[in-house]
Amino acid sequence: MSGQPKDLRGTGLESADFKKGRVFTEYYVPRIQYAWDTGEAIGRYLAELKNGRLIARRCNRCRRNLIPPRMFCERCFRTTDDWVFVQDTGKVNTFSLCYVSWDVQRLKTPEIPAVIEIDGAFPGAGIMHKLGNVKPKDVRVGMRVRAVWKPPAERTGSITDIRFFEPIAEAKKKARGKRKK
Amino acid sequence: MRRVAVVGAGMTKFVRRALETPKELSWLATKAALDSAGMTLDQIGCVVEGSAPDAFDGLHQKGEYLADGCGGFKKPYLRCYVGGGTGVYAIAQGWFHVASGLFDTAIVVCEEKMSSCQPHPQAAFLTIFDNFTEQALKPNLLWIFALEQNRYMATYGITNEEIARVSVKNKRNAMGHPAAQLGAELTVKEVLSSEVMAWPVHRLMVSPTSDGAAAVILAAEDVARRLTDKPVWVQGVGWCLDTSYWTNRDLCYPEYVEKAARMAYQMAGVREPRKEINIAEPYDPFAYKELHHLEGLQLAPKGKAPQLLADGVFDRDGDLPATPSGGLLGVGNPIAAAGTMKICELFWQLRGEAGKRQVPGKPERGVAQAWGDLMQVGTVVVMGTKPA
Repeated sequence: MSGQPKDLRGTGLESADFKKGRVFTEYYVPRIQYAWDTGEAIGRYLAELKNGRLIARRCNRCRRNLIPPRMFCERCFRTTDDWVFVQDTGKVNTFSLCYVSWDVQRLKTPEIPAVIEIDGAFPGAGIMHKLGNVKPKDVRVGMRVRAVWKPPAERTGSITDIRFFEPIAEAKKKARGKRKK
Repeated sequence: MRRVAVVGAGMTKFVRRALETPKELSWLATKAALDSAGMTLDQIGCVVEGSAPDAFDGLHQKGEYLADGCGGFKKPYLRCYVGGGTGVYAIAQGWFHVASGLFDTAIVVCEEKMSSCQPHPQAAFLTIFDNFTEQALKPNLLWIFALEQNRYMATYGITNEEIARVSVKNKRNAMGHPAAQLGAELTVKEVLSSEVMAWPVHRLMVSPTSDGAAAVILAAEDVARRLTDKPVWVQGVGWCLDTSYWTNRDLCYPEYVEKAARMAYQMAGVREPRKEINIAEPYDPFAYKELHHLEGLQLAPKGKAPQLLADGVFDRDGDLPATPSGGLLGVGNPIAAAGTMKICELFWQLRGEAGKRQVPGKPERGVAQAWGDLMQVGTVVVMGTKPA
């Protein structure tokens, strides 16, 4: 028997097929809601975000400060030991300039998603967030950044309580500017 | 364990939006695979089906829905799923069934219909991110690919020109594939002047969303030798999943692909992959991914795949042809079906039946690999003209 079929089947549709009513389509919009329970580790993580702090869990066997925090160390496969606060500063591990929103709208000004290695967490441990107060062309891997928090009254216990991370040099300049006034 | 061979392969065209339902696409691929082996459904012992998230189709329990199209009624039938890695992993699952002696034959069918999810299946990807620490940031799938590509480039000093060559090669290779959705003759300049989706990712570095299905038939040695003079042996299978805390690992190198590859190579008796593998079908949903995966597959030193690509090593007539099918970038990316398409390609290439796409020099061994989840899973199958 020959291996490769001679005629491959499958019928591609064009937008004209829909416009001219040559094909039928059934629509379904799911209306489903979920209420996710945070668990212990993430519950505390979110509560501390509301307080304007980043918290990790420490595993005393591998000596890693884990962020996002978890109640068990996936490497040692044992219960983690302590809560430890880590800094709200770090460095850019990697980033992108994204011109497409989550629901595929085009953006004129790019969002700047990044993985930020958090100071005080184990080396290389990052969280995903966004960068701001920076020109897209100035962003670099290795750049030092700090969290820009929402005002306490606007925080809800969400990762978005941090608006974004901004370059530390940039923040210093602004602080100097303020002092002059 | 018994020796297992691929004895038939079939697939549908990969298209942006298919008239056919998921079940009909499965039927077309399954029937094509049976016909290619000269077999009927009653000769099949069990059925393995692979398909990605139900959210694309909006059909819950998709495995059960698809069963009839795969020939999976009144038979042992099971759906398997490891994200984008499904299409290659499903072969491993079929292999267990036959190698164990439980069945003499198995059919493996992978299907995806992404077009049903409107306006774009991208929105269904939001829920793969962590529901507390990530989803609130409204991420999209481009983010993690762009983040990984940038990390890969920054770590090894790789340029986007070097990465754009993958799109040029694969879309050109796809022009010889009768199922291809996006075969094209392009230049590096054209790839880099296409729209920036998420820098460093340009539009022509991204595989399309697709509808399609692919299937292969596995048989135990005695059955395989009765059915065909040219069985293609499954010499090794491997798979590995890394932690879902993806921001806690260095994305510059896919360790999980290395582990999966080493498992498959060991089973296949491959000690020096660079010398003993004649064809590679690495997973290429994004251009850089092919290079990243060739490194994970031990077919290029870390950070050096771009140089080998520029040297022509991975061209169809090169020393180690990579993605002679045209891959996900050129043939298309109906997620689970795309991985199985790579298995079909190895089957046709190793039998010398790949037509315009045939790799010269009578290749004897190939490796196919898929990847998926949150930069997390590697699935690998080694196939050859001789049993391992």
